Amino acid sequence: MPLKDFFGKRKKYASIPSEKAKVDVPEGLMQKCDNCKQIYYRKEIVKSLYVCPNCGYHHPMTAWTRIESLFDEGTFEEWDAGLTSANPLKFPDYEEKIKKDREKTGLNEAIITGTGAIEGKQTAFAVMDSHFRMGSMGSAIGEKITRAIEEARKESIPFIIFTASGGARMQEGLLSLMQMAKTSFAVKRFRDSGNLMISVMTHPTTGGVSASFASIGDYNFAEPGALIGFAGRRIIEQTIREKLPNDFQTAEFQLEHGQIDKVIHRHDMKKTLGKILSMHADGR
Amino acid sequence: MAPIMEFEKPIVNLKEKIKELKAFTENSEIDLKDEIRTLEERLAKLEEDIYGNLKPWNRVQMARHPDRPTTLDYVERLFEDFIEFHGDRLFGEDEAIVSGIAYYKNQPVTIIGHQRGKDTKENIKRNFGMPHPEGYRKALRHMKQAEKFNRPIITFIDTKGAYPGKAAEERGQSEAIAKNLMEMAGLTVPIVCVVIGEGGSGGALGIGVGNHVHMLENSTYSVISPEGAAAILWKDAGEAQRAAESMQITAPDLKKLGVIDEVIPEPKGGAHRDIDEQAVFIDQVLEKSLKELKELSSEDIVEERWQKYKKIGSFQTV
Repeated sequence: MPLKDFFGKRKKYASIPSEKAKVDVPEGLMQKCDNCKQIYYRKEIVKSLYVCPNCGYHHPMTAWTRIESLFDEGTFEEWDAGLTSANPLKFPDYEEKIKKDREKTGLNEAIITGTGAIEGKQTAFAVMDSHFRMGSMGSAIGEKITRAIEEARKESIPFIIFTASGGARMQEGLLSLMQMAKTSFAVKRFRDSGNLMISVMTHPTTGGVSASFASIGDYNFAEPGALIGFAGRRIIEQTIREKLPNDFQTAEFQLEHGQIDKVIHRHDMKKTLGKILSMHADGR
Repeated sequence: MAPIMEFEKPIVNLKEKIKELKAFTENSEIDLKDEIRTLEERLAKLEEDIYGNLKPWNRVQMARHPDRPTTLDYVERLFEDFIEFHGDRLFGEDEAIVSGIAYYKNQPVTIIGHQRGKDTKENIKRNFGMPHPEGYRKALRHMKQAEKFNRPIITFIDTKGAYPGKAAEERGQSEAIAKNLMEMAGLTVPIVCVVIGEGGSGGALGIGVGNHVHMLENSTYSVISPEGAAAILWKDAGEAQRAAESMQITAPDLKKLGVIDEVIPEPKGGAHRDIDEQAVFIDQVLEKSLKELKELSSEDIVEERWQKYKKIGSFQTV
């Protein structure tokens, strides 16, 4: 099979359609911060990339708004846009749930992959979206990530992934679990060929996603306050029979425990990534 | 005697009846040989019906049976001169994973496996077979060593999952598993994995990326425990049986899905009924796997593994 067919038809470079970017942003003039409950003009919080101007809380971003906030105008190209979940186990209600989230988010899956330039540096990327099935990883997500990494390897450009996921997708059973192995395999091939991989963990990054590609970048970053961990808080509390501190499994907790390289504020993300990319000339 | 599982009670009852009749015949003038023969035929049929048609939930019970053989039970039967090595060189020793070298048919191999305890005391020592990050890091250290000395790696999977604890999180449970997945991907020696009991999610996969992955007939391999899935999907852990069925966690189901290579048969009534026989069944599949993989160059071993994992998944394009 020629490579061209393997990756499907490519879209032409284009700006992000603004109606896509706007999906899932609640209508109305005012919006309340999920953390400090302060009320703002919606335009104000949109302008600050959904970071609360009062308390700095980083609200989850849709994949499209994230892409819009990162890539240079006109450099973005989407890959495998139509790739989506099947229902291999004939799991009850799974297709209905997928359909509902497709309508809700305008996405075909909880991830967008493609290429774009950050501060003039061309990269391949994957951006997950927790508004779609909590960003849970099934076969389609595993496949899209694997293809994006393989394509980045062939083009010898860096690969950046923004993770947002509750973990593996139960409705695809062990096929979901195996996506951890499949994507990690792709990362191994990519990193061994000398290419740069950056992982940015956003809220939430837990379970099978934190225990695979999210944790094995050359650099692992996180957004402030993001929940990052392997097991869920409730499960741990039940297991060890003690209450966990409030900051348990936050980005700051992971930084303190030596698990991530840096916590990066959303407002500094593009600039910081741009600098790092420029220090890895030739995509390496 | 092994604890009886609910679904096998009819078999046990019938066996007892036959025993009673035999005892009666021996001690009296009345000959019940014909009756006994009839009952024995019925028993054979009953065993066939029950053990030959195990429901997913029955297999979950088998996989969790307190007498189910563990990694070390098979190690002593399948290998010679096993020497266990300890510690991750970073933090500590995790006895939920055993690891070492031994001869397999005169060839040195590296063996890694989850290890449950046989009783409460040992289970506490081994944390019920649920590893901390140091367990995975110890495993990786030994796998890298296997690669250096060109030894095949054999792993035995038998865990409810990686331990969901505070310390495990603080020391990077996610990173430990993720790193194992990535590093196992690239190892240039053959890796053969055998799921012998419960294959609990990422905690199982953390030593489970192999060229060949086999499962005992009554073992399970699942992305989440049936109880966990039921609690999340239907807000009712009591729906675990339904979850076990829907998630297709049994060896025959996973073989059909193309996720595993071989289903290794179990003795009638489960591995715990005859560990020696079970070891023979494992031996046959293991020998075949290693023989096949021995033919491959180190590049081809990695390439074969990549082709295997690259294919796994089911999706569509709209």
